[in-house]
Amino acid sequence: MRIPIESYRLSNGLVVTLSEDHRAPIVAVNLWYRVGSANERLGRTGFAHLFEHMLFQGSEHVQANEHFELIQRAGGTLNGSTWLDRTNYYETVPSNELALALWLEADRMGALLPAMTQQKLDTQRDVVKNERRWSMDNQPYGTWSERLPALTYPPTHPFHHSLIGSMEDLSAASLEDIAQFFSTFYRPDNAVLSIAGDFEPAQARALVEQHFGAIPRGASPVPPLADMTLPPRFGATHREVVPDTVMVPRLFLAFRAPVFGSDEYYAGSVLGAILGLGKSSRLQRVLVRQSEIASEATAFTFDLSQGADLLVIDATARPEVSSDALEAGVTQVVDAVRRDGVTGAEVERAIALIETAFVTSLQSAGERADKLSMFAAMFDDPRLLNEQTDRYRAVTVERVNAFARERLGTDNRAVLLYVPKHGEEGEPDEAEAASGAAR
Amino acid sequence: MKHASIALGGAPAARPRPVAAAPKPYRFPRFEIVTLDNGLRVIVAPVRTLPVVTAPLLVDAGASTEPAGRDGVANLTARGLLEGTLQRDGNALTEQFERLGASVFSGADWDTANAGVTVLREHVEPAIALLGELALAPSFPERDIARLRAERLADLLQMRTEPRGLADEMFARFVYDPFSRYARPEEGGSDTVATLTRDDVRRFYTERYRPRGSTFVLVGDVSVDEGVSIATRTFGGWDGVVSPTAPPADAPARRTRAAHLVRKADAPQSELRVGHIGLPRRHPDYFRVMVMNAVLGGLFSSRINLNLREAHAYTYGAFSGFAWRRGAGPFVVSTAVENDVTADAAREILLEIDRIRAAPISADELSLATSYLGGVFPIKYETTDAIALALAALAAYELPIDYFDTSRDAVRAVSTADVLDAAQRYLHPDALQVVVVGDASQIRAPLAAMALGPMLEYGADGVEISGD
Repeated sequence: MRIPIESYRLSNGLVVTLSEDHRAPIVAVNLWYRVGSANERLGRTGFAHLFEHMLFQGSEHVQANEHFELIQRAGGTLNGSTWLDRTNYYETVPSNELALALWLEADRMGALLPAMTQQKLDTQRDVVKNERRWSMDNQPYGTWSERLPALTYPPTHPFHHSLIGSMEDLSAASLEDIAQFFSTFYRPDNAVLSIAGDFEPAQARALVEQHFGAIPRGASPVPPLADMTLPPRFGATHREVVPDTVMVPRLFLAFRAPVFGSDEYYAGSVLGAILGLGKSSRLQRVLVRQSEIASEATAFTFDLSQGADLLVIDATARPEVSSDALEAGVTQVVDAVRRDGVTGAEVERAIALIETAFVTSLQSAGERADKLSMFAAMFDDPRLLNEQTDRYRAVTVERVNAFARERLGTDNRAVLLYVPKHGEEGEPDEAEAASGAAR
Repeated sequence: MKHASIALGGAPAARPRPVAAAPKPYRFPRFEIVTLDNGLRVIVAPVRTLPVVTAPLLVDAGASTEPAGRDGVANLTARGLLEGTLQRDGNALTEQFERLGASVFSGADWDTANAGVTVLREHVEPAIALLGELALAPSFPERDIARLRAERLADLLQMRTEPRGLADEMFARFVYDPFSRYARPEEGGSDTVATLTRDDVRRFYTERYRPRGSTFVLVGDVSVDEGVSIATRTFGGWDGVVSPTAPPADAPARRTRAAHLVRKADAPQSELRVGHIGLPRRHPDYFRVMVMNAVLGGLFSSRINLNLREAHAYTYGAFSGFAWRRGAGPFVVSTAVENDVTADAAREILLEIDRIRAAPISADELSLATSYLGGVFPIKYETTDAIALALAALAAYELPIDYFDTSRDAVRAVSTADVLDAAQRYLHPDALQVVVVGDASQIRAPLAAMALGPMLEYGADGVEISGD
């Protein structure tokens, strides 16, 4: 499975990748900025994401929310998202509207600040606080996505703190922060622009030059992050027990894992799929089907390409099962893989499922553009997209077993365990006992 | 700094917004419908963009066809298909699929049960052979049916602390007459699910999983001939007829406005649902209603979201929608707002519903809605999965064969007068049920002060709390 890929760089440093495909009259535009919550300064957790919201509040030639309106009026779809190490903005439009999408993205890359006002910031701050309440504070287990990085990365590490941010830090964000963040990170030499779908390359290149060519590169180099390097293992089992407003226990068991893109990453990713992808994965077979300890059990990686990644098992207990039994059940599955290894059939199954999911995802122009941006932004090489299948196919039983031996031991586990708070139904007394066991 | 000057026609420095060239033509993928001798309808859409095929079997065995008192059996039966066949147990079955890289799924919604695969071209034949095996010869092992039942009961238990799902469920309960199947959860509530047996599943399967009345859809890297031949090989020996059932009753629980407060202690946000019974899918004013809803609350740039999110910052997002089913599904506005603005948010929602009924929308609003809904078509149908879903809807609601070729024009033909008419005819401010899941101690008084009608209070189990 290969797609055509062209890549070049504008004189202002903007990396451009193109992937032509005329099978549907649509085109996807995707921008990755190499900035995420990792780049936030002390006291400004959540700022990268709040800033993402501000990018929809207009720019020099675009009114607040007009970006949404113009793209939807064109029959397009759009959004943006923030992650620990990047922020992306994307739209898919009918192919005759390519210039509009580029014009909008260039206007906010080149001239965001004239449109920024205190009132817009105050509004988006409240919107983001409501996003936090909605996705985290008022959702059972919702805080896992900020507790797990906090538990697994050291306090000074850029991945340690909350992506959505604390209410206090969101309150503290100012227009000066916006201006500073913009000039530091939102610049052509810190971004990748990808275009995938129905376009003529010469015309697309001309449009890119026309809209982005005059945007100046940053005045000084992008400030480097603190050293991200970490030892391959935690060195111990970290542990946090969270009594929460939930009816049943749920366990996140995380392992420090090699960075996305490394050879070892692919072995870890296949191991994750053996454990938790699909209905005949180990966790499904053993915990959901056989012992009926869990109602759901999956595994996934964070896909971070710097410092260290995480491989995470996520298992939810059946109502009659205690948190101890849940943890013991998951631990047994992990110990068995580490002790006895995996089979060739399991590796084949995992690779086949991963490959189908990968090829299926490439049906979408937006997905193609996003993956191109990712490989260009993270590894300076969008062509890596065409190597993914081969890299997965190169994974062997031996490499998976070596990974399991090195990374799944008790010296590399982080247990984040949610238990029903006293007073909830289910297991009224367990929370106290479990809290007592927390470190 | 380099100044590029490819600007077309000497563009002024002010960077004018580009004007689009004429749109390229687009047609929904061609498909053919062939009926096999046993009555099974086969729809094949050759889409040869990537070597992928999505192939669901759709059976007239959704939740709305369940026998009385057997809520949940449709979902249990559909999910049970993956638990084993007469030839192999569930573990072996799913492993066979997954070694082919096939992602296999099954489930039931209100109108249809489905079981299908998405798989790479090279493995289509063995994957669909397995699909045929589970669809035609499922074994429904006692133990696995009991497990799936227990998993559903666990989901229901968890919903008591999950405010979004709880709000949706409570809304249905307060909107529909208790005798309507739509008043109760699609996958069944704990009262009926706890009593479901393997015999119920077998009986439901035997009655409803029949070729005449079912549809097999193949979308992707496959020709019509190939698709029909695979379908014939796989399902040709199947026989029987599934009898159509009437859609669920659409009588309302109450005809006048009321507020329903479901207690969730210490919730930092209120989940708000405002609405009433809507319309069935095959409604002559479907497109007018769709455009009207897009202006009211169907899009990011709709009135309700711009008001509640962008003007007032009450919420992360607020949307409205009609749930389209064979019978009349609900119309509902959904949002989650901060506790201290709960009543204000409810008031703004009611105002927006009044406003769209009071005066015509602007030409700008109309063109935004129609050009989005018409233009987004090719993006909506990029994947085999999305095309298969669209064809499944075509079959389930017996839409005209040229539906996907004519619906963009139908959307674009809607006028501002049509939208006003649809709003006045199908939105009923006096019948709205306002449902709030949240911290009653904080939001009770402001909600009561709005005088929305009778205000009723409930526990997280939906049982009314009286004299409080």
